Amino acid sequence: MSRTSKAYIAGIYEHPTRKAVDQTIPQLHAESAIGALADAGLTMADVDGYFCAGDAPGLGGISMAEYMGLDLKYTDSTETGGSSYVIHVGHAVNAIAMGKCSVALITLAGRPRAEGVATLGARDYGSVLPELGFEAPYGPVVTNQYGMAAMRHMHQYGTTSEQLAWIKVAASHHAQHNELALLQKVVTVEDVVNSPMISDPLHRLDCCVITDGGGALVIVSPEIAKTLGDRCVKILGHGEHIKHLNAGQVDITYTGAVRSGPIAFEEANLTPGDMDYVSIYDSFTITVLETLEDLGFCEKGEGGKFVSDGNLISGVGKLPFNTDGGGLCNNHPTNRGGITKVIEAARQLRGEAHPKVQVPDCTLALAHGTGGSIATRMGSSTVIMGRNDA
Amino acid sequence: MTASTETKERNYPAPSVNLETEAYWAAANEGKLLMKKCNGCGKTHFFPRAICPHCQSNDTAWYEASGKGVIYSYSVMRRGDTPYAIAYVTVDEGITMMTNIVDCDYDALAVGQAVEVTFRQSDGDQAIPVFRPV
Repeated sequence: MSRTSKAYIAGIYEHPTRKAVDQTIPQLHAESAIGALADAGLTMADVDGYFCAGDAPGLGGISMAEYMGLDLKYTDSTETGGSSYVIHVGHAVNAIAMGKCSVALITLAGRPRAEGVATLGARDYGSVLPELGFEAPYGPVVTNQYGMAAMRHMHQYGTTSEQLAWIKVAASHHAQHNELALLQKVVTVEDVVNSPMISDPLHRLDCCVITDGGGALVIVSPEIAKTLGDRCVKILGHGEHIKHLNAGQVDITYTGAVRSGPIAFEEANLTPGDMDYVSIYDSFTITVLETLEDLGFCEKGEGGKFVSDGNLISGVGKLPFNTDGGGLCNNHPTNRGGITKVIEAARQLRGEAHPKVQVPDCTLALAHGTGGSIATRMGSSTVIMGRNDA
Repeated sequence: MTASTETKERNYPAPSVNLETEAYWAAANEGKLLMKKCNGCGKTHFFPRAICPHCQSNDTAWYEASGKGVIYSYSVMRRGDTPYAIAYVTVDEGITMMTNIVDCDYDALAVGQAVEVTFRQSDGDQAIPVFRPV
């Protein structure tokens, strides 16, 4: 069986730092880029396409292209928060398929911990935002927005805090094997539901970590992939969607994955049941639960049952997820976790995940990113990937 | 958070007001909640815009809402000095809006609870609509 792929992931790199007191943001971007290119067996001189989002200093990719010494034919600075980098994968495939570039570099980096940036304060994206006056006075921060999503999901479908907790428990089982993970301690359902309430019904352990760091991906044409060996991973499908409050017809029990998922699966000619491993954006436990439902891994409203009893734990359950420990335990660099989702899926397909969490014969995988807020506006992106011989 | 009535409330940041929304905020200062309806398709939308997001007509008009609604969802922020309840309220006019629930026992809030509009002063002189249990 050999599936057609218009482009391959040739290089991956997750920056090892979780607190970058001695590095600047451009430096973290460049270190990540160098790491991913070395992983691919390429250099900065090979790059002809550059993709970055709002975490990159400057106008789009202009400043970072100069800093890293890139000579570019193509650039894309699509910004949808934490999902940007999953969207970039899809856009890089398109650009390569159109012959616009052949080696695409995607970078992410930031240092909120070193800079002491709190996440509690209301975000200020500028006073011209059309929705701003109708939201900002009410104190919407990240945790209470996701709290509202969880509260409604519980009301509508009977989801419980214990069920949500299983998502964190599974992530912690994986993180214990990742020596770089910020939180490596295995936790129980009781630990999660007994941790301090942050914003009802989300407890501290329902929330992801805040870390510095970054990551990079190198996407190449099939011709170049042939020269780089069988560690290259196929990109088989991609979908993206922006979901919003729909003029006041609000439903926050589902995410943009309801659109991005089916588009990606159709392009790959695959179904959720074909996936051996999934990386699911995990800013909060509720993010994972809604996304798994929306991608079709279970019926809508059945996510609580689906994630319970270790079903997401590698080697234990039916759907191993986030085997690096995810954003909940390992890393959520600069509050944008999309790139680490693609990186761990690629590790699984290469057979390079930690032996304790490696999925046997991992052939097909999914990476999903969510950016913005699942309780207001979000960018969602799904990528289906396959092992080199898939 | 056991007090039946919260006496201490957080400061409300002043809303940004622009040409499309100044009538909404002027009405709020008079204790009225306005909605925007499209004369083209007849639908109410929120937040209010000059261009109808349903049919793209520019013939949109203000009207006063009943001020009645039910809680669609909520979350009480427990971290920080002053707890507060953010919520989405579905008003009788058929749209759901972000707001705060005030004059309430934060531990007794519920999805589906009936609420009515009231107003609070934000930083500066602008009143903002919030909701309280009926």
